[in-house]
Amino acid sequence: MPELYHQTIAELSAALEAGSLSSVALTEAVIARTAAVEAKVQAFIHYDAEDALTQARASDERRAAGKALGPLEGIPLGIKDILAVEGQPLRCASKILDNFVSPYDATVIAKLRAAGAVLWGRLNMDEFAMGSSTENSAYVTTANPWDLERIPGGSSGGSAAALAAGEAIATIGTDTGGSIRQPAALCGVVGMKPTYGLVSRYGLVAFASSLDQAGPMSRTVEDAAILLQAMLGKDPLDSTSIAMPEVPDFRAELKTRKGPWKLGVPREFLAEGIDPEVKANIEAAIDWYRQQGSEIVDISLPHTHLSVPVYYIIATAEASSNLARFDGVRYGHRSAEANDALSLFTKSRGEGFGDEVKRRIILGTYVLSSGYYDAYYLRAQKVRTLIRRDFETAFEQVDAILSPTSPTPAFKRGERSDDPLAMYLSDIYTIAVNLAGLPALSLPSGLTSEGLPIGLQVIGKAFGEADLFAVAHAFEQAHDYHRQVAAI
Amino acid sequence: MEYDVVIGLEIHVQLKTRTKMFTAAPYHYGAEPNTLTDAVVLGLPGTLPVLNHAAIEACAKLGLMLGCEIAEVCKWDRKNYFYPDSPKNYQLTQNEEPLCLGGRVEIELPGPSRNVQGEHRTVRLNRIHLEEDPGKLSHEAFDTVIDFNRAGVPLAEIVTEPDLHSSEEAVAFLNALIQLIHYAGVSDCDMEKGQLRCDANVSLKPAGSEQLGTRTEMKNLNSISNVRAAIEYEIARQADLLDAGESITQETRRWNAEKGTSSSLRSKEEAHDYRYFPDPDLMPVRLVRARVAEMEAGLPERPFDKQRRFQEELGLPYTITSVLCPDPELSAFFEAALAVHHAPKAIANYIANDLLRELSASAAHGESALSITDCPLTPAHIAELAKLIEAGVITKQIGKEVFAAMYASGELPAAIVEKEGLEQSDNSDEVETLCREAIAGNAKAVAQFKEGNDKALNALKGPVMKATKGQANPATLDAILRKLIESEG
Repeated sequence: MPELYHQTIAELSAALEAGSLSSVALTEAVIARTAAVEAKVQAFIHYDAEDALTQARASDERRAAGKALGPLEGIPLGIKDILAVEGQPLRCASKILDNFVSPYDATVIAKLRAAGAVLWGRLNMDEFAMGSSTENSAYVTTANPWDLERIPGGSSGGSAAALAAGEAIATIGTDTGGSIRQPAALCGVVGMKPTYGLVSRYGLVAFASSLDQAGPMSRTVEDAAILLQAMLGKDPLDSTSIAMPEVPDFRAELKTRKGPWKLGVPREFLAEGIDPEVKANIEAAIDWYRQQGSEIVDISLPHTHLSVPVYYIIATAEASSNLARFDGVRYGHRSAEANDALSLFTKSRGEGFGDEVKRRIILGTYVLSSGYYDAYYLRAQKVRTLIRRDFETAFEQVDAILSPTSPTPAFKRGERSDDPLAMYLSDIYTIAVNLAGLPALSLPSGLTSEGLPIGLQVIGKAFGEADLFAVAHAFEQAHDYHRQVAAI
Repeated sequence: MEYDVVIGLEIHVQLKTRTKMFTAAPYHYGAEPNTLTDAVVLGLPGTLPVLNHAAIEACAKLGLMLGCEIAEVCKWDRKNYFYPDSPKNYQLTQNEEPLCLGGRVEIELPGPSRNVQGEHRTVRLNRIHLEEDPGKLSHEAFDTVIDFNRAGVPLAEIVTEPDLHSSEEAVAFLNALIQLIHYAGVSDCDMEKGQLRCDANVSLKPAGSEQLGTRTEMKNLNSISNVRAAIEYEIARQADLLDAGESITQETRRWNAEKGTSSSLRSKEEAHDYRYFPDPDLMPVRLVRARVAEMEAGLPERPFDKQRRFQEELGLPYTITSVLCPDPELSAFFEAALAVHHAPKAIANYIANDLLRELSASAAHGESALSITDCPLTPAHIAELAKLIEAGVITKQIGKEVFAAMYASGELPAAIVEKEGLEQSDNSDEVETLCREAIAGNAKAVAQFKEGNDKALNALKGPVMKATKGQANPATLDAILRKLIESEG
């Protein structure tokens, strides 16, 4: 058996239920592991061991009283620093929210509490989720547990690294252009972005409102299914949240949906700019599905090459407006140099935001400006519709789409810091999925010759999460990549 | 030089909803600063707006009342600008697809005198859209403080076409608009409380010219008299500049009510680029046609339509209808009394004269008159009083007394009449005796009457009325006097 902190929710909740394990013991194991490796990994911006143990004790008491809440009862979950947890710091890895403590729970957090989870710490990220390496955090630089010289991916790099290092049993990330899936791939864990609207955004600090979704990061597809089941649901506080007509029991469906499937492979995704080892790995995974009897369909997503420019127009436009509220007036960093309203804004924001955030605010402000709106924002929205149609057309033929998650394995720290465009291309396979609002999942599909994890991306139909999980689960269970652990 | 004046108004009206437009925080005027807020109002990280459908309903009702077309679908846009009173530094508004389109407002221009009806004309509206009110800044000696109570209150912005041509017309428009809004019941329009605020766009062009001149926008007009004064000031200022051969700068100006002058706030070049784009947090709103038809069918009669009906069907004079009709509660009171007893003129007179005078007199010193809703009388009081007079139970003169008594006690008129024994006297013997005394005591008046001066009879009626405390039936009294004088030969 692996160490407690490397086990799955499915395994641990069975042990908790059987009474062979207490939440306090499990939480203590996670805390001890964190204490042992955190100096190297630096996945957290903040954690409070005593607070976690208090929650764990309450969980054990509920269970003893026969009032266990749900499948996450007693399980320590790490939370990305972009989701509001009442009484905990909410900083989005930014100096501008240095002193901010959330007075309320995000809806998804309230749901996790209601399922019995122990909320454990604030996980590092790129500032306001803008980045693909977690190097844009104003607080700490998170290392990839598989190679401490390398980045963990981003923006949910802390969530992926903590999970890979055994500092949490599962974590919650957010994904605007690949921010759950890319770090999951680079850290050798499962990361899942739900259909847009399936999970409430209330309490998720907005980066790009029409793209943001919170989702689970876990060791197995089954764990991701358990987490998503607890997280989803129409929320009266989020007008863009949607009720699934019939919510399947994702975990049970894993056992019943066995394929074979019709699986699409977009030829554009394996053409150029991809690392040869990654390409070979993904082709091998596709072959495995073929051997299992699934039909592999060559498909085309002709507009996806426009995904990156379209994304950097729409996401930055929304961000420029979403981040306007951070002004030093009501909360957050307020410049000591300010002496009037204008300087309060400009100095507080100038001091509070990092370079990448400023870059995106400027870009977003530009594309919305009078005289440029039609040429950039409006046009990008039209192309977004074309990208969505590409997927709709493809899904007329196939049940799911297979692709790499990231064109390369984890790169070295600082390697792309001065080249924003190279960094933006890290998300070339994931961004189109957000633009189309579809669900997708990254699961471990092997290691490079250097021992770095590779991720296979499975893209599903809107609200087709049950099939998506089943397709990924089949591959996972036939391999043992998910059992491989980073040696720290 | 002669100029044509072109004025367009933008009026912001706070809609009376229980909670704010995008969150459950309540709003009422005059609360302690920053007590009517929540995480959404303050724009805390991670919060999202959720539409209060009551604001849509209220604005649609307003739109229907103002003759607008209600859009099939309306959408939300973000208007981006940095200002300390704006919690998110963007305002949720309807730029591209507003709720109400077009519309028209009937106005009455001032007549030749107060008692004479003025000319009516129609002012076209461009649109009405919904947006959220920002907070309120107060400038103190060394600081500026912010109250976010007002932030997020639903505001309907009513935009007129440039159809107004003088300050009088602008004032007439505002008065008509306020009456319509009162009738719709969607706002109290108290300008002192910021419930209605007006911006005025003013431009001048040479008389008869087709080409519009450069316009300025005047902000911060928070009373009708400010609207009048600011427009007049601006017309004169622009006329002076044009007369001197100078051009008008397109700019936004701020009215200073204390000084009675305006000054430039920002020029066109300094104007904000609001970077409007569709709000990604709110869904478009589809207005169900059946509901719109239902609302339209349930609209109250418009005040000028009511006035015409009162004048044409009930024969009431302008002096009365111009008092009753602007106030929905007063006219409703009138119509309720009418339903009890159909005596339009008598009832209208009691309400427009006696009742309003009493309401005014009952208000504390220095306070404005009590409204009809504070009235101790019900419509039935007035109707029954009119009925008693019409039936000859009491005289008009006694009616005044009964009115005062019922206003003071709240008792119904019949009860007062009975208790006080105020019925018209039918004891003609007593009246006849009194008449004989009157004739004996005033030979001069008798002689004048005999010479053909009919009015001389009044001098004889007076003492009889006085002796009967007004209870003598005037017709009976008249007949007895004539009979007695004639029989004297």
